[in-house]
Amino acid sequence: MPVLWLVLIVLAIAAVGFVLGRGRALKSADGDSRHLHSLPSYYGSNAAMKVLVPALGLLVLWLLAQPLYIDNRVSATIPESAIAEGSTIGLVMADVRRVAEGLDTAVAEGAMTMAETVAIDFTAVRDQLAEVGVALGANVSAETLAAAQDYRSYTSTGGLLMTIAVLLVALVGCGWAVRESNKEFRARNVVERGVLVLLIAAASIAILTTVGIVLSLVFQTYEFFTLYSALDFFTLLEWAPSFSGRGGASSLGLLPLLWGTLYISVVALLVAVPIGLFAAIYLSEYASPAVRSFAKPMLEVLAGIPTIVYGLFALLTIGPILLNVFGDDTVGWMQGQRAVMTAGIAMGIMLIPFVSSLSDDIINAVPQAMRDGSYGLGATKSETIKQVVLPAALPGIVGAILLATSRAIGETMIVVLGAGAAARLSLNPFEAMTTVTAKIVSQLTGDSDFASPEALVAFALGMTLFIMTLGLNVFALYIVRKYREQYE
Amino acid sequence: MTDATANTPRPKTSLIEVDARTKRRNAAEARFKAYGITAIAIGLLFLVVLLGSIIANGVGAFQQTFVNVPVYLDPAKLDKKGNRNIEEMKKVSTFGYNPLIQQGLLDKVTELGIETPLQKRKEMKAMLSASAAAQVRDFVLANPDKLGETVEFKLLAASRVDGYLKDRVQREDVARDKNIDAEHLDLTDELVKAGVVAKTFNISFITGADASESRAEQAGIGVAMLGSFFMMIVVLVLSLPIGVAASIYLEEFAPKNRWTDLIEVNISNLAAVPSIVFGILGLAVFIQFMHLPQSAPIVGGLVLTLMTLPTIIISTRASLKSVPPSIRDAALGVGASKMQSVFHHVLPLAMPGILTGTIIGLAQALGETAPLLLIGMVGYIATNVPDGIAAGFLDPNSAMPAQIYEWAKRADPAYYERAWGGIIILLVFLLTMNIIAIILRRRFERRW
Repeated sequence: MPVLWLVLIVLAIAAVGFVLGRGRALKSADGDSRHLHSLPSYYGSNAAMKVLVPALGLLVLWLLAQPLYIDNRVSATIPESAIAEGSTIGLVMADVRRVAEGLDTAVAEGAMTMAETVAIDFTAVRDQLAEVGVALGANVSAETLAAAQDYRSYTSTGGLLMTIAVLLVALVGCGWAVRESNKEFRARNVVERGVLVLLIAAASIAILTTVGIVLSLVFQTYEFFTLYSALDFFTLLEWAPSFSGRGGASSLGLLPLLWGTLYISVVALLVAVPIGLFAAIYLSEYASPAVRSFAKPMLEVLAGIPTIVYGLFALLTIGPILLNVFGDDTVGWMQGQRAVMTAGIAMGIMLIPFVSSLSDDIINAVPQAMRDGSYGLGATKSETIKQVVLPAALPGIVGAILLATSRAIGETMIVVLGAGAAARLSLNPFEAMTTVTAKIVSQLTGDSDFASPEALVAFALGMTLFIMTLGLNVFALYIVRKYREQYE
Repeated sequence: MTDATANTPRPKTSLIEVDARTKRRNAAEARFKAYGITAIAIGLLFLVVLLGSIIANGVGAFQQTFVNVPVYLDPAKLDKKGNRNIEEMKKVSTFGYNPLIQQGLLDKVTELGIETPLQKRKEMKAMLSASAAAQVRDFVLANPDKLGETVEFKLLAASRVDGYLKDRVQREDVARDKNIDAEHLDLTDELVKAGVVAKTFNISFITGADASESRAEQAGIGVAMLGSFFMMIVVLVLSLPIGVAASIYLEEFAPKNRWTDLIEVNISNLAAVPSIVFGILGLAVFIQFMHLPQSAPIVGGLVLTLMTLPTIIISTRASLKSVPPSIRDAALGVGASKMQSVFHHVLPLAMPGILTGTIIGLAQALGETAPLLLIGMVGYIATNVPDGIAAGFLDPNSAMPAQIYEWAKRADPAYYERAWGGIIILLVFLLTMNIIAIILRRRFERRW
């Protein structure tokens, strides 16, 4: 593992820099640390920092950039004629990479020498690589092999250059920091500024993540809309992707999926909101401390259970029960275990603690003086709650319900297991329907080619989902925040 | 107006006798309270039903039916040349072992004097797992000197036999099942009485690897557990330092400006982004753009890190906020820099809260499935234990929740039992992590 070794060497240089920097600063103060501007360890840390940050930063950037650069260089050398009918440059490059890695594996395992791999004939590559356990799908063409050899030589040159550059940067940083270490140097200020920059960088990862999400969604969605009409996507009432390879046009309409998503969310909210809200009212207004300290954590256990568990619970427990009650044996509304109700009820159970603990906080935030005023006028407890507490808490409760809706819309595992795979526009809640999230999973987990509209549609669906949940969250937070200001 | 009210005759009321209106109001009060109690009762009922069905359905996975079969290791079949050369013995595939095992079971049945219409060797096939031959073969290749002896093996029973003993396979179902007949079930009953077939604790469910679709009896969650373990290491190593650093900056140093506002808004929104969107991010950035290996725990770990960071940042900030300003003032007063006051005094005092938040974030990440589906951690049969630490991070693997999903998708109901069993293991892990978090909080949290 050359990269691991490189990191270890850089770490060693940093350690040496620490000792040298600290020693040099102490020496300039004649061994008396009271004459130094900063504590001695700051001079050492300064040196270590100046080795580690630029060298490791360069290493990371290089590791990210090198494959892109090499891919570009190599794919430019592959002639158009080498790309077989129905194939793409991406697939050819995947072959090139596999051959190149296979040859490297062969050298590493001692099955071939370096010279043999360079001189290898393209007809023999597949058998030779099979011996070291690298399976190739088809025979290797001459162009692929040539490209793979290019790839290998670029990679090894790149690796060598990277080692030299990183070590050079580390040594320069070390030398610079050690040289500037003397008793006048304000090491603490420099180190603290460096640490602050690292802290800011860490905080900015949140922004980077959002940017990453938005960019990956936007680019792929754009690509999807160049292959498939946006109007069709938003207006077609049918979801029927053709399977890759079979050809034929797919109908990729968003509306059936959106309908399924919203229908299931509504069922979930019909379960979660009354139960969660009444539980919150009881816990915050009526319950004795003993009941509260038992029931509240017990309800919150429901929130800690992973969604895959609810998915399985929907499919294997709720589904069969509903089928017994509403199935062919009785009223015949339900055909299979997977249905809107199956997923909706499981999702509702999952959302109960979410609604109840948010509402609980909000109800508790209503000032006691308002209740006391109501009691003073002779209202009973329930009248106080219905006519004073709930109206005061209403914006917050609406915010909580909106947050729960956004959870329900974005929930994946329960619908993948419980809701079924067929996209339908139907009113019967006992029929199987599918949702945006379930289709994202099914479009991206098959063997389909990532450049086809059938796979790219998942990114457009993801974009829809992201915008919907983001909008709901922002709106909900706005309402909650606005409400809180009233009583603080 | 006062006159008007004074002149109307007041209804006679008594404090002792409750009038109709008060009765109605009191009834409404009682009803309202009953709604609340009902809501809580329904919530708790759901919890009980959920946990009950997990345990009722999943406990079976921890028990497995085994058949004790004496197998005569026939040298004429297994070592045709008779020179005990391992390389040559390897040429006998599992097909060569099957007849010997089936004969062994048939002999045992005859010896016990059990009357059964199944008198052919081949008919014993339905009793035993397809993995039995591999088990015997491995034994023979490891101990070639045992050839020619009769060795007692504890072999996995077929999935249907196992299901029959666990009441999963009913006699009515067998008629339509081509894998097993009613006679086999009769034979099973007899063999259970004779002690040849028995259910024992199934350690290989906890430590073992996944198996192919037709061998539910062999599947275990051990390899997926390792995958989850390596993923959690990535999450811990990345999200703890980054999360703490980000929180320190936002809580202690950040000036009030656009940039910090932007960061704050981002963090609160990321906490509410559906997890599947993080999966799309992982697929587009880590796999398609950076060409990191598909299905590898390191990619899963990176995606889950991004997902848990907001949780960790929010809880870390709360615990930093709870350290009173007097601590910072005292440190600054004796000449510490701002940075020193934070790293030497505030951070150590906030540590228990930070660790609690991190453990809860890890528990959330451990149970997360949706993003793992998109980066290819399902559909992959995790049969190999990763050799070495680098392979643990980079080789394709599964993770516990992904493995459970994979089992839930398979057609054989025997796999449902495995999925529930996997959930029990997953919940045990989550429970342990949460209990550790609670203990940490109780033990170390300081009230100021």
